[in-house]
Amino acid sequence: MKLSKYGKFAGVALAGALALSACGGDPEPAGGGSASPAALPEGVECAPGTLNAGGATSQELAMNAWRSAYQSACPDATVNYDPTGSGAGRTNFADGAIALAGSDAVMDAEEQAAADERCGGQAVHLPLYISPIAVIFNLEGVDELNLSPEVIAGIFNQEITNWNDEAIAADNPDAELPDLEITPVNRSDESGTTENFVAYLSAVAPDAWPHEVSGDWPSELSSQSGQGSAGVVTTVQGGNGTIGYVDASQVAANDLSSARVGVGEEFVEFSPEAAAAIVDSSPAAEGVAEGDLAIELDYTTEEAGVYPIVLISYEIICTSYENAEEGALVQSFVSYLASEDGQQVAATEAGSAPISETTRENVMAVLEGLGA
Amino acid sequence: MTTTQPPQTEQPAKPPPGRRTRRRPGDLVFENSARLSGVLILVILAAVAVFLLVQALPALSENQGNFLTDTEWAPSGDAPSFGVAALVFGTLLAAVLALVIATPVAVGIALFISHYAPRRLASLLGYVVDLLAAIPSVVYGLWGITWLMPQIGPFFEGLNRYLGFIPIFAGPVASPPRTILTASIVLAVMILPIVTAVAREVFLKTPTMHEEAALALGATRWEMIRMAVLPFGRSGVISAAMLGLGRALGETMAVAMVLSPGLLIDFFLLQAGHHQTIAALIALQFPEASTLQVSALIAAGLVLFAITLVVNMAARYIVSRRKEFTE
Amino acid sequence: MSTLTTPPAAPGAGVSLLSRSLPRWAPAATLAGSAAVVAAVLVAVGAFGLAQWTVLSVLLFAVTITAASASVEGGRRAKDRLVTTLVYVCFGLAMIPLVSVLWTTVQNGVLRLDPYFLQTSMRNVLARDDAGGAYHAIMGTLIVTGWATVISVPVGLMTAIYLVEYGRGRLAQAITFFVDVMTGIPSIVAGLFIAALWLQLFGAGNFMGFAGSCALSVLMIPVVVRSSEEMLKLVPNELREASYALGVPKWRTIVKVVLPTSIAGVTTGVMIAIARIIGETAPLLVTAGFTDSINFNAFDSRMITLPVYVYRQISQGGQIPFERAWAAALTLIVIVMALNLLARLVSRIFAPRTGR
Repeated sequence: MKLSKYGKFAGVALAGALALSACGGDPEPAGGGSASPAALPEGVECAPGTLNAGGATSQELAMNAWRSAYQSACPDATVNYDPTGSGAGRTNFADGAIALAGSDAVMDAEEQAAADERCGGQAVHLPLYISPIAVIFNLEGVDELNLSPEVIAGIFNQEITNWNDEAIAADNPDAELPDLEITPVNRSDESGTTENFVAYLSAVAPDAWPHEVSGDWPSELSSQSGQGSAGVVTTVQGGNGTIGYVDASQVAANDLSSARVGVGEEFVEFSPEAAAAIVDSSPAAEGVAEGDLAIELDYTTEEAGVYPIVLISYEIICTSYENAEEGALVQSFVSYLASEDGQQVAATEAGSAPISETTRENVMAVLEGLGA
Repeated sequence: MTTTQPPQTEQPAKPPPGRRTRRRPGDLVFENSARLSGVLILVILAAVAVFLLVQALPALSENQGNFLTDTEWAPSGDAPSFGVAALVFGTLLAAVLALVIATPVAVGIALFISHYAPRRLASLLGYVVDLLAAIPSVVYGLWGITWLMPQIGPFFEGLNRYLGFIPIFAGPVASPPRTILTASIVLAVMILPIVTAVAREVFLKTPTMHEEAALALGATRWEMIRMAVLPFGRSGVISAAMLGLGRALGETMAVAMVLSPGLLIDFFLLQAGHHQTIAALIALQFPEASTLQVSALIAAGLVLFAITLVVNMAARYIVSRRKEFTE
Repeated sequence: MSTLTTPPAAPGAGVSLLSRSLPRWAPAATLAGSAAVVAAVLVAVGAFGLAQWTVLSVLLFAVTITAASASVEGGRRAKDRLVTTLVYVCFGLAMIPLVSVLWTTVQNGVLRLDPYFLQTSMRNVLARDDAGGAYHAIMGTLIVTGWATVISVPVGLMTAIYLVEYGRGRLAQAITFFVDVMTGIPSIVAGLFIAALWLQLFGAGNFMGFAGSCALSVLMIPVVVRSSEEMLKLVPNELREASYALGVPKWRTIVKVVLPTSIAGVTTGVMIAIARIIGETAPLLVTAGFTDSINFNAFDSRMITLPVYVYRQISQGGQIPFERAWAAALTLIVIVMALNLLARLVSRIFAPRTGR
């Protein structure tokens, strides 16, 4: 009896839901706010088909922007990107599940062999996504902070535990540092961001940072942590006296304070140009084949205007594809990513640093072989 | 309790033993398809177990440390070394705390809905509780971060200030409170609807005659509940709690979102970075894991599987012992 | 004689039907009184706060009503009053987090929940664009969950029937035990299992909605079995015996007598099972993948469900994705609510009339 009343509700609710959803569909072509050009830049031709890609989560925002722009310009093409993580991306690529992998790390010898076999030739790394890693903090009354590499390492290694520590004060003569415990916040998930951050610490401050370099935060440090960039941001914002590291794209989006990092004698704020600069000043990675653009970041650089903490995420592709259509689509899509427009779209959406002209030329040289 | 329990709830009557050995074809088909379903479940489970074992073996054979007693988790690199001791501890701690918080409250709510609240209110409440069971764990995690943490922080401070002499409440209190206790509370809230829903259903099934008999003998409402409802519902409540425990043990997203993990074995409930659960570890590391790491994570999954097995065996044992005493 | 002049005192005055008891309005009055007293004291001390006020009022109420009852009605009634208070408090306490979860979701969810959100997919929408909806995820949720239910309910229900009606001996024991074990399979492990199976069957990269349904079934079947088993057990044996006595075959007894009697409980059980899996994220990430586009075919290419959608939006960070996440969560709750009502309606139609 009561239930028949519920029944009526249920009927109405269901009917309403059906009426609402029966006529659902894709949104109108994105017109609001985003920088999505109607056409591809010169020299990049549309290719039809479906491209399945996947891998690093770090690229996700940029990849969404790229896909969206590319798909609007090329209605016959569909590009999927699964942010399953770099590891899964590389594995899926080697298995042939995806035609393009995003990866925060260079493949090891074993993976390279598997990927080469999948390609029936060569698999190469293209550094198309460069993202500065910002050191963010939440400290009442302090908006600006200079931190030298040793101090950053000391803080995250929990040797420097109070904000009024002399080491911090020495770099910040003007700041009023409170007597407050420092709560360092790291990523709780395994990530390329952590790996690059830790690699930086162990390169520039090997004494203050004795831990192994890995995508996983050293487990011997009991620390606060958050899942993913968003998790680190909420954790940093959730406490007072917290400090953490995140992809720079989060800084503006969440209105966070970021520290200037000591390079040589000066302190550098992160910026796209400063981050891109380190890529050009770094040598090629050891042991990679001809034509592969994997690099070994030179964190210890003392060049002026270089921001040293960056994350480089590669696109891994084959130099030739069995399926000609797939090859054409990969070539077209990746050419777009490397183009000035493509890099600009990523910079706007994800706060990444556009690649330099030199890098672009190298990438284009690799892609040239693909279309044939 | 012999008098209050229908003598054969566990063993439904058999149909009259077939003097005529010819069985009806309908019966045969029905019984066999029922049996087939049961066997299918065993097959699925065996497949899962075999799959876990096969996938876990590569890591286990490469492991330099002791898988069961080591606390460190470093399955990558040239000398992979990992053990689940701290993870098992963290998993059990979180799940048991959650269960300790949730079960009494769930029984309370179930009793309230089944025997205290006015009928109209009761059906509405039952409905709300059912709804809550459907909220995705991601949302509980999000709620834990946005609502619970700011509220619970001061409470933890208070606990530490006044009860800090008890080791489990020792400081420094984490800020934000991303600790095992917060995770347990989120888990408890998450399993509350499920445990409540099952317990309520069982309490409602208490034979009316038993209740009325108790009341007629002059029992107060509480005495009636204690003598008629609770004994009748005990096995149901335990299995409800097991359902909840199962979910708490295996919960990934909510824990991953609210807990700052660490690999220590201690009872400092208010400190961050001390504990981690197996399921959350899998969720956090799986995406970026290399082949060997995946294998190690699956080995951890196998342990979780084993824990569930042991917990369930223990629960079964308790239920059956209770039965011996009460019947 | 003296024995006649002093009539024996009635043994235990409380047993008398006319024993003294507190008036009906006593609890309400006591509560109001306690609240007032505590408020007065707190204000006088200058430490008035909603939390302190509530807690202290309830404490004072519990003490007062128990004491009053003990003096007037005797120990047993006092205990009853105390437990009643406890149950109410327990209930009120538990409702705080539950209601706050619901409230937070509704409050944040309505910001973006409009027809546009329900009718639009996320195709070609950037994370921070003020556009996009969850249509594809709503459809995905219904399809994936639907298939999981189609797989799990027959298997689970038949197994429960086997256990309760037929099961004897080792096989039944084994099934009972392993169903318990199965309830504890971590959802991510179920997902990995199906993902590996799919890799074997269809080769790499074959995400599909149906794979997600299978992974969810692994999680759902044991819940269906457990809850249906409990409910079938509660069907009085007299009903079965009466049916057998009339010469009805066993299978028809089960279908026509046992199932309808327990249909309400079984439906609730199925609803709990659906509720358990409809909010799963982890196993779907590795089996069904996710997509921004609409897909109605569970057997071809990726499919996204609402929880995965929520998770994806949260991990992208920022204000608008958060609003979308909450709106999707609210949508999910509304869907479950509708399903729930439907289930109650169904059980209402099929359930025989009983005294309760």
